[in-house]
Amino acid sequence: MLSRVANSIYWMSRYLERADSIARFIDVNLKLILDIALDRENVQWQPLVLASGDEADFFKRYKTLDQKRVVHFLTFDNLNPNSILSCILNARENARTVREIIPTELWETINELYHFIQKYSKKRQKDNLLPLYAQIKASNNVACGLVANAMLRDQALHFLRLGQMIERADKTARLLDVKYFHLLPSPEYVDSPYDAVEWGAVLRSVSAFQMYRKKYHQVNYRDVSEFLIFDPFFPRSINYCVNQALSSLGAITDMTKVDMGAKGEMAKLQQMLLLTSVDKVLAEGLHEFIDIFQFNLNIVDQVIYRSFFELK
Amino acid sequence: MKETNLNFDNYKAGSFYDELFDQNGQAHLHSKPLIDQINALSHKDLRRRQKAAELALHQLGITFSVYGDKKGTEKIFPFDVIPRVIPASEWQNIENGLKQRIEALNLFVDDIYHDKKILKDKIIPQDLILSSKCYLKECEGLNPPRKIWIHITGTDLVRDVDGVFYVLEDNLRCPSGVSYVLENRAIQKRTFPQAFATMNVRRVADYPDHLYDTLKYLAPDHIEKPKIVILTPGIYNSAYFEHAYLAQQMGITLAQGSDLVVENDELMLRTTKGFEKVDVVYRRIDDDFLDPSVFREDSLLGVKGIMNAYRKGNLALANAPGNGIADDKAVYAYVPEIIKYYLGEEPILPNVHTYICEDKKQRDYVLDNLEKLVVKAVNQSGGYGMLIGPKSTRSERESFAEKIKANPRDYIAQPTLSLSRCPTIIGDDIEGRHVDVRPYILYGKSIFVLPGGLTRVALVKGSLVVNSSQGGGSKDTWVLGSEGNS
Repeated sequence: MLSRVANSIYWMSRYLERADSIARFIDVNLKLILDIALDRENVQWQPLVLASGDEADFFKRYKTLDQKRVVHFLTFDNLNPNSILSCILNARENARTVREIIPTELWETINELYHFIQKYSKKRQKDNLLPLYAQIKASNNVACGLVANAMLRDQALHFLRLGQMIERADKTARLLDVKYFHLLPSPEYVDSPYDAVEWGAVLRSVSAFQMYRKKYHQVNYRDVSEFLIFDPFFPRSINYCVNQALSSLGAITDMTKVDMGAKGEMAKLQQMLLLTSVDKVLAEGLHEFIDIFQFNLNIVDQVIYRSFFELK
Repeated sequence: MKETNLNFDNYKAGSFYDELFDQNGQAHLHSKPLIDQINALSHKDLRRRQKAAELALHQLGITFSVYGDKKGTEKIFPFDVIPRVIPASEWQNIENGLKQRIEALNLFVDDIYHDKKILKDKIIPQDLILSSKCYLKECEGLNPPRKIWIHITGTDLVRDVDGVFYVLEDNLRCPSGVSYVLENRAIQKRTFPQAFATMNVRRVADYPDHLYDTLKYLAPDHIEKPKIVILTPGIYNSAYFEHAYLAQQMGITLAQGSDLVVENDELMLRTTKGFEKVDVVYRRIDDDFLDPSVFREDSLLGVKGIMNAYRKGNLALANAPGNGIADDKAVYAYVPEIIKYYLGEEPILPNVHTYICEDKKQRDYVLDNLEKLVVKAVNQSGGYGMLIGPKSTRSERESFAEKIKANPRDYIAQPTLSLSRCPTIIGDDIEGRHVDVRPYILYGKSIFVLPGGLTRVALVKGSLVVNSSQGGGSKDTWVLGSEGNS
């Protein structure tokens, strides 16, 4: 397939996944208010800005950090290249350049979602955003279903999955990093009722609550961290994403007969997870662990670009 | 009060030829089942069907961006659900006429870039050809595969008050619009299913198959599975939807200039596996932008060296570069002569009478009669650079007269036609609006005319300009099969 097309599919998929992640993060935070707002001064919005990685941009353009501003920044702000609106616009522009490759219904799903959020962004009253986030999640599920049911198992599908898994691993890692930092400020909170509620929210942000319960029954930070980093069967855990991405990279390498090291770099990430455990990670510092993970994930992304997208 | 209005009860065909009604207000026999179905609908129902069609187009993303609108407003190309109907006998004549015309024009282009016999025999003034901006020296002596230059054509036809179809324009370069024909049809079938089923409307959905055959025929015989690509200027081109749509329908690669590179005079695609050779290019970019090393140096859309690869016979281009010489509006005037010269036949489809401003006598007539004539710049399309005499102001005519005197070669004039009209939903009424039609012709192993076409409609009351850039919309074109032959 064309290098440009592979690149567009990869980014279409990443942007869709990114929009989906942000929608989940905000949605859960808004619902969290209902559980704890009466007790605590305010629900934490700063972690969401930090998890987006765009805090510098935020503080350049917004003087105060509160719910209204954070929600706007992450959802509708078209100057923020990673707002949901920007992500869906970019997903659509990429989809448009590969219209002839992807199933028509996939293009239509993305196109409709774009028109939906465009319309929403122009509403004067934006006090109820829950239907918007619900729609984004639903559309993304439809998109995933179309990919699963209507696409050839060829390069296009594997580039799509690769983009999705790399983006997802990155978002889960960021969320965990930021939440861990904010939720463990003082020892007295640990394993308090608040703690259970907040960590429950972290799980909900990645649709993990129910699946986590099956395995661990009760919520605490160690088990949540283990589940989100190491669980081999949960589709949003870092470990699962790395394994899937590696398998797609393997398929692409087999089909293209091109191997400029992307697979090797991804395998290093897999090794990194295999050779450690949650207790070791927590003892040595979760933040440091995730920092190294993200650094290496960026290397993978760059090698993918050099191997398949940039042909001189 | 308006409740009863959205049907044909109060419809007036007026003093024009009407595509669905005769002068007495009776439906043409061949359009009667359609009129009956529409008349049986309630006001709300027809409106609902029109809305549903628009929504479907929007969801399909067949939209164009409104220029200069930063909020990302996108509009659909307006579509009217009342189709235009062409009976079998009329169509047969159109089909024969178009085949004859394309065959002759193809011979003409080949002659012009080789022996120039038609100029030597003084059928066409030599100056008229050699002075044309569309005459490409780079194409002299070129032998495109199978001697075909004009692979894909969209010819604009209009019907005058006498009911006769005239050829208005031959588009032999990169005619667009066929995707609208196919998408409009898909939506139209859902809109009036009963009428559609009973009227024996001919299929248009197999156009991509015919197009694929046409392109495949251009590859050398020994290549069993030729690599065929569509070359698009990219997503900001107003016809991008069509490029992607056709690529998808044929299952072929849609490439941009940046995806292609010429290595050792062979055209290569940049793929995830490395370079892959291309055999046939259906290019949807103009000659000027095709190859920065030969034509416009500043082109970012084309591929450097592609002309050389083409000249060496290492790839086929559809349409061939250089065709512009045959759809130059001044050369158009000579097409009847061209047909007689190469085929020894009388033209089946008449031309609109055309005054060539370069000729002194004809120019004087044009300058004296501007208020009666339509003046067109020979090298522009899309309804730009046009003066419609009867609707012009004195100062517009004066400024056009100056332009004609300054560059007579650049202008032609034609009498103002009374374009036929077709009933169209306008607000809460059905009113007559002027239409043209663009059938599509493919030249491969044989010449194929798609039984259908893009009917464009001037939505502005009284307007004769059907171009989408000037407030035009489109309609489905129902070409009827004869009894038992669909």
